Amino acid sequence: MIKVDSLTKRYGAFTAVDDVSFTARPGRVTGFLGPNGAGKSTSMRVMVGLTPATSGYAEVSARRFADLPNPGLEVGVLLDASAQHAGRTGREILTIAQRTMGLPAGRVDEMLERVSLTPTESGRRVRNYSLGMRQRLGIATALLGDPEVLILDEPANGLDPAGIRWMRDLLRGYADQGGTVLLSSHLLHEIEVIADDLVVIGNGRIVAQGTKAELLASAGTLVRTRDVPTLSRALVDADVEFSPMTDALRVEADPDVVGQVALRAGVALTELRAADGAGLEEMFLELTADTQREGVAA
Amino acid sequence: MTATTVEGAVQTEVVRAPRPAPARIPFSRIVTVELRKSFDTRSGFWLMASIGILAVIATGATILFAPDDQLTYDNFAAAIGFPMAVVLPVIAVLSVTSEWSQRTGLTSFTLVPHRGRVIGAKLAVTVGVGVASMLLAAAIGALGNLLGSTIAGTDTVWDVSALELAYIVLANVLGMLIGFMLGVLLRNSAAAIVGYFVISFVLVPLSMLLAQSQAWFEKAQPWVDFNFAQGYLFNGDMSGQHWAQIGVTSLFWLIIPMTIGLWSVLRSEVK
Ligand SMILES: Nc1ncnc2c1ncn2[C@@H]1O[C@H](COP(=O)(O)OP(=O)(O)OP(=O)(O)O)[C@@H](O)[C@H]1O
Ligand SMILES: [Mg+2]
Repeated sequence: MIKVDSLTKRYGAFTAVDDVSFTARPGRVTGFLGPNGAGKSTSMRVMVGLTPATSGYAEVSARRFADLPNPGLEVGVLLDASAQHAGRTGREILTIAQRTMGLPAGRVDEMLERVSLTPTESGRRVRNYSLGMRQRLGIATALLGDPEVLILDEPANGLDPAGIRWMRDLLRGYADQGGTVLLSSHLLHEIEVIADDLVVIGNGRIVAQGTKAELLASAGTLVRTRDVPTLSRALVDADVEFSPMTDALRVEADPDVVGQVALRAGVALTELRAADGAGLEEMFLELTADTQREGVAA
Repeated sequence: MTATTVEGAVQTEVVRAPRPAPARIPFSRIVTVELRKSFDTRSGFWLMASIGILAVIATGATILFAPDDQLTYDNFAAAIGFPMAVVLPVIAVLSVTSEWSQRTGLTSFTLVPHRGRVIGAKLAVTVGVGVASMLLAAAIGALGNLLGSTIAGTDTVWDVSALELAYIVLANVLGMLIGFMLGVLLRNSAAAIVGYFVISFVLVPLSMLLAQSQAWFEKAQPWVDFNFAQGYLFNGDMSGQHWAQIGVTSLFWLIIPMTIGLWSVLRSEVK
């Protein structure tokens, strides 16, 4: 279990994490979703005590991270797979972690096998590792102590499709055995397939949280037309609530109601369907657009 | 949106068998891990090996180039001492700064969430490596002294007492601690190494010049110049006042900046 309560982190005048509260529960995979720069990594660093919080706190297994007597046995952490000494071999990096946690030496081989790093690969220096190999090594380090809680920052980063599939099954299995998994991503579709719960963050603030089922639940109707103004007026007249999306409307009514309104208004539709999570996707795209990196290509 | 759970969506909860709370990681274990970390990369290994290699080279050079009447243990010790004074502090600096330059701190400080314990273990390893290296160097020098005098056909001169040797070891450990302090304070390999050479090699002649031209500084020098006070240890005559001067200069050059460095390490963000 991970509990984050009113967590705020400021860098000077800039608020990177703004009053974030959520709970990641045992037996569930919690997806921490947000566009680049939303504050995911910063929040995770605060959870594991690498970054001091400005206010608020985070608890792992009902204790502050610093109060865990041997954190590696209780929380598996992967924040940045590249943050390793380039001159050490993969096996040596695992051995250091194994010794620090006080685990039997055989654990290293078990983990190497679990993340599919061959003996030749594990004997190579990390500077010669591919991105995906580093990621696997990082995951092996996180799993080494068989912890109850996993905190993983973009673990799928750099993995090939088979690797992503493997990771998904692994995390699913971990949660099904009662583990708590928190993983971040900036890709909605990546997290949609694996998470049970979602915490969506943008510009440091939580914009949505709940079970995936709730958040993706068919929320009204998605309707597309070339004549948005006429349809909008008709919807207002019909007293139906709706919200404009980038190239469509999301209407708080069933598709047949919307179809009737459009027919009476004489508006030709190009698409009419149940919204099925479109709200979440749209919100996410808006968030991404708000960060003003590049135009939303949708 | 709310955080309430849709009842049907929650599967029957699987709870992991509760495990006993693990024991706190003992300090001795952190020390052995840190010791391992100072040997397990090629650069670390060769840095350590260079201690023995440089001691052998310095000894060989003394045998080859020193006049026969100069083949005394004191001269062997001096020849070996110089490379030690360069390499040992660099080892001390890198043991700290690599956590930041290589970003291994991300793992080290999450596996052991009390940074003070990690730094403390590094300090223990640094002092241990310093003492062991100096003893090794002294042994290599002693072999050289035996060998040199045998080759030259002169009497073997043992003109360094065990106590004097202990002072020299202490002086080198103090030098390492300066390097360690700079590593903790600056957390950047290049800056800390340059800082060490400035303190130990650039400041020395400047301080001497100042002492020659300013009478007041000549009086104050042993109380403010760390290298000057450290020099007493190399000369081997230690009075109570000399110890006091080492204590006072260490307070300003070592303990206070180390405290500031530790304070900032504990509060800083590791990323
Ligand atoms: N030391 C710092 N000083 C100033 N700003 C910082 C500092 N550290 C992080 N930030 C800012 O905090 C914000 C959040 O960064 P963070 O790394 O948490 O984002 P993220 O959600 O992990 O993004 P990504 O998906 O790209 O990994 C960013 O705008 C970042 O520039
Ligand atoms: Mg990030």
